[in-house]
Amino acid sequence: MKLTFTAADEQFREEVADWLNDNLRDEFADIRYRGGPGDEHHFVDERKAWERRLAAGRWTCIGWPDTWGGRAASIEQQVIFHEEYARAGGPGRMGHIGDTLTGPTLLAFGSEEQKAKYLPPIRDGVAFWSQGYSEPGAGSDLAAIRTKAVQDETSGQWKITGQKVWTSLAHESDFVFVLARVDRESSRHHGLGFFLVALDQPGVTIRPITQLTGTAEFNEVYFDDAVCDADDIVGAPGDGWKVAMGLLGFERGVSTLGQQMLFQTELDEIIRIARANGASRDPDIRQRIAEAHIGLKTMRYNSMRMLSGGEDGSLSREAMIYKLYWSSWHRNLGKLAMDVLGPEAELIESGPYELNKLQSLFLFTRADTIYGGTNQIQRNLIAERALGMPKEPRGQGK
Amino acid sequence: MKFAFTDEQQMLRDTSQAFLADKSTSAAVRAACVSPEHHDAELWQSICEEMYWQGILIPEHVDGLGLGWVEMAIVLEAAGERLLTSPLFAVAQSTAASPLFAVAQSTAALVGCPASEMRDLLLSSLAAGNVISLAMGNQSGGWDSVGVTANETSTTTVLSGEARFVPFGFAAAKLLVVARDASNTLTLWVVDPQQDGVFVEPTPTMDQTRPMATVRFERAAVSSDQLLATQADELVSDTLALSRILTVADQVGVAQASLDISVDFTKERKQFDRTIASFQAIKHKAADMMLKAESARSLLYYAACTADAWLAGEVDRDALHEAAYMASACASDAAFFNAGCGIQMHGGVGITEEYDIQLYFKRARATESYLGRPSEMREAIACQLLDGDVA
Repeated sequence: MKLTFTAADEQFREEVADWLNDNLRDEFADIRYRGGPGDEHHFVDERKAWERRLAAGRWTCIGWPDTWGGRAASIEQQVIFHEEYARAGGPGRMGHIGDTLTGPTLLAFGSEEQKAKYLPPIRDGVAFWSQGYSEPGAGSDLAAIRTKAVQDETSGQWKITGQKVWTSLAHESDFVFVLARVDRESSRHHGLGFFLVALDQPGVTIRPITQLTGTAEFNEVYFDDAVCDADDIVGAPGDGWKVAMGLLGFERGVSTLGQQMLFQTELDEIIRIARANGASRDPDIRQRIAEAHIGLKTMRYNSMRMLSGGEDGSLSREAMIYKLYWSSWHRNLGKLAMDVLGPEAELIESGPYELNKLQSLFLFTRADTIYGGTNQIQRNLIAERALGMPKEPRGQGK
Repeated sequence: MKFAFTDEQQMLRDTSQAFLADKSTSAAVRAACVSPEHHDAELWQSICEEMYWQGILIPEHVDGLGLGWVEMAIVLEAAGERLLTSPLFAVAQSTAASPLFAVAQSTAALVGCPASEMRDLLLSSLAAGNVISLAMGNQSGGWDSVGVTANETSTTTVLSGEARFVPFGFAAAKLLVVARDASNTLTLWVVDPQQDGVFVEPTPTMDQTRPMATVRFERAAVSSDQLLATQADELVSDTLALSRILTVADQVGVAQASLDISVDFTKERKQFDRTIASFQAIKHKAADMMLKAESARSLLYYAACTADAWLAGEVDRDALHEAAYMASACASDAAFFNAGCGIQMHGGVGITEEYDIQLYFKRARATESYLGRPSEMREAIACQLLDGDVA
């Protein structure tokens, strides 16, 4: 049992840090620490330019195989990259869905033609992706998807009709992958297809959703006979659920240590304020700050165990608790920030509703325990998959 | 980086769990609790002869195994744990109803002592299976308060005062005694419990699996060859940190066992024509318990690795102490939360003497404040973060 990286990994770390130091400056100086969750709508053009710079340095898609322009980086190296990226203040990645979701999905399930068509632009930082899973009636119950895809018998082209929701940055993306029903008689996870759809077409309408922060990074995406070529379905019609679930398995937690570094920055700021305004003398605040510190360390060692797990890619027990842990921790941190600030927390610094970082943190962390599987769904998954407890009986109605 | 067990560590874990599943059943634990010796002497003998767990932390040149803190944590975690394999017997809680914990704690103190013939003699004695207990705390004003003084007279040194909460003190062949000297620094002595002026009184405990004693010293004369360390403030404080890590290992076992036996129970128990394990209200409680147990386990093995790194001179004492504070706060909460939820999940039978969850509940309570409450651990962390100059 070891907690240190190998010398080769440390050398890789130095390489990453040096490159970031040389490149994340000048025209990119303003986007340092920007574009993270709750801030994703800012500096979009600059962050797209940054993706091209990353690509020029071979720092996009580092987990992909060499054949497709990746570095075939080990889990450790990917962790190190994310850690150094966060340490340097690297901006929220515009390319992360293509890099970590679309790419691995196509590598596992895509045809050679699909790989050749879609992978290079992702790798080069010129094509941006968003995801189309959730629907107004299919949130926690994802298999209740109603968006449908109908194939034209002569041309083979698919026409997609329906509505997706919570699609991050759809208005800044080029493509969306869409889970849609190909068999109108089917239900649940049967009869679904996994489609690669261009967003810039007449059949697609994107409407931003204004959040409680006053900003809009999520969207509703409406499909009204949106067109998708016959070649742009991944896997066979009806295999959509398998493809979509496979995609979830690609999340090995390599970004968790990087995420924690951002959390550390937030906690450090709260500690700085508490020391300055005297909140640090409040016994309750002291306990909670210590608890936050311990929680962050706990996440680190939970991640280390998770990343040291089996190479078969199966989810370990540590991996199953991760989302529940970090989302709850982060939400508590938002409240702690407000309690440390006291009445000052109420004051808006500028504009009609320009929130500062901690105000955004407080409000936006309420989303953390909802998106990507609510805390309640996470607890169901833990109880069923890790503890072998029975599934909740399903409702009967249609 | 491999923050996972090596093959050898995994094997140690497997054999520990298997051994305890066999030897330390619910019935055996209950029998040990009410026996005159407060533990199963035969089981202790077979641990010492077959498993050699008492020798894990003892260096090889004094007949130990010379292994590390991760290995010690593995065995103590198994000691706190109940195994899933056999729902009929299934309690593997008992090694702390044997003197293993006390021995490990004394070993930790001794390994930190300056090298001496006496130290090596005591370590060999521990390796041979003798019980040596550490008489350290007094707990009027925190765990670092020491209630024994060492005063020089014209002819000799005498120990006076009281050490409380001494694990297995009544079964000890020797006692390691922390005493404050006239210059207000700590010293460490080895004392024979039979010698004049030393009075060992077993103290009945609410958790009967972790028996303790109070040791009183009434002008007990000690000679210079009984002196193990002077200027021992750091040694004592480091031993306290290491002892916390040992306790954390036990608590992780308790947290895991409380989860396991409670989930098993809910899979059997039916109400409303369903097993109660199928209700979300129960499942979500169990999920929270697993999160607590796994998190405490992560900090346990982080702390154990830190202890090894500290002994190897790779990190400083601050790192050791911080790791111990954090792990202790987390594991104390986890063990008590899980055992408490476990009783609730059992429903009415959870408060009966017959079911084992109450044993875990008591042990979780006992370990929660042993060596410091979780709020004290957090306050120690808060001091680091919030007081003093900004770095």
